[in-house]
Amino acid sequence: MDILNQLAESFFDWEAIGEVLPKMFAVGLPNTIVLAVVSGIIGTALGMLLALMGISRNAAARWVARIYTDILRGLPPVLTILVIGFGFGPIIRELTGSTSPYPMAIAALSLMSGAYIGEIFRSGIQSVDKGQLEATRALGFSYGSSMRLVVVPQGIRRVLPALVNQFIALIKESSLVFMLGLLATEREIFQIGKDAAANSGNLSPYVAAAIFYLALTIPLTHFVNWIDARMRSGRPEKKEPDEAAAVVGKGAQA
Amino acid sequence: MSEFASGTLTAKNIHLSFGSNHVLRGIDLHVEKGTTASVIGPSGSGKSTLLRVMNRLIEPDQGDILLDGRSVLKDNPDELRRRIGMVFQQFNLFPHKTVAENISLALRKLRGMSKEQARDEALAQLDLVGLKHKADSRPANLSGGQQQRVAIARALAMKPEVMFFDEATSALDPELVKGVLALMTDLAQGGMTMVVVTHEMGFSRNVSDVVTFMDAGVVVESGPPEQLFTNPQTERLQGFLSDVL
Repeated sequence: MDILNQLAESFFDWEAIGEVLPKMFAVGLPNTIVLAVVSGIIGTALGMLLALMGISRNAAARWVARIYTDILRGLPPVLTILVIGFGFGPIIRELTGSTSPYPMAIAALSLMSGAYIGEIFRSGIQSVDKGQLEATRALGFSYGSSMRLVVVPQGIRRVLPALVNQFIALIKESSLVFMLGLLATEREIFQIGKDAAANSGNLSPYVAAAIFYLALTIPLTHFVNWIDARMRSGRPEKKEPDEAAAVVGKGAQA
Repeated sequence: MSEFASGTLTAKNIHLSFGSNHVLRGIDLHVEKGTTASVIGPSGSGKSTLLRVMNRLIEPDQGDILLDGRSVLKDNPDELRRRIGMVFQQFNLFPHKTVAENISLALRKLRGMSKEQARDEALAQLDLVGLKHKADSRPANLSGGQQQRVAIARALAMKPEVMFFDEATSALDPELVKGVLALMTDLAQGGMTMVVVTHEMGFSRNVSDVVTFMDAGVVVESGPPEQLFTNPQTERLQGFLSDVL
């Protein structure tokens, strides 16, 4: 029983959890959301650019996209965040006078997610049947308009679940920015928990942080499943037999 | 009097290679205004490729393409394609758009129509192919025959001078072929200039004004259907006809 008590005290010290909650809501949660959403948006834009470069007819554009993607996808997130945060931080400080590592945190997360999202978009766009491009071009649309109006929208639709998964990953990876030494008001869920755990010598604030992350990620996971299922089955609509078929075909016997 | 503003299409000495594969080896094809030319031949003979060269989805290596006697190779290819409608074996409707949107997209973006105008025009075109009641369905909820009729309406909405059909009935269940062929026959009789790549020998024989038999990238024989089907001159055409008829 001693062990169980000990574990309960380490992880479920309600007093410690209660103490950290206000700060979690007021500081940690907003910061995590800002980091994930802003770098999610920038990463999506960057990913779309990389995807279009990756399928471009221009070999130089394809190479740039390929090299960028290989490097950013191949590095551990910790390393990327440290290198970008500490490497480019001083330059930004010199240019803008701002000492906050926050923009660097967003930049690192955006650059990383851009590489993943670019691959997601590229695979989606390339999975669209090439007859779609051909039919659009046959109507008289240029290559660019055909891609923009017909091919890319279909490609994106197909990869929406993967895109939301990437956003879930981004929420989790945003915890790594604590390494850049954020100001007190800039700290996100993980660091609030970590600080509180260090001060109290108890792990319960981590449990609180975990609950906050799960509250963000589990609904998104189920949202992915929902769009996935919906895309698989589509909106129900009644299918009629073809009039021409009704004369002799399956419709006639029905 | 033709219902359509049809044009005369001529291809002269068309050559095309993909790497070392010489797909088209000097093709000549002349389709007089308001007439239907069908192109028959074994798979891989270059029939579908010829269509794509004539609307410049693929640029020829050599040769010329004339619409109403004027070479179109120096024009903007996008503008050429607005004058030539094309119908595909796999329909290629836009699955993420409704039937009406499939038709109105090009009218809005390329013809500059307002949303309402384009929808009205789309509905009018759908009415002509008997599918007005499907305007707000998605293509996936239509049968193959219905999808192909929508694809024809989509091409016709652009008021093309020439229509290309690339094995338009090959992907259809046998019982759905009839409706699509009937629509193509109506167009031909309405005075549309048409180039029809087909395996439907009945259609080729009964509807087209000229039949062209292609094999291995060359025109082997060309003439009125009666002549080709009843009195083929070459061994290759005789062999092909005995295989398919």
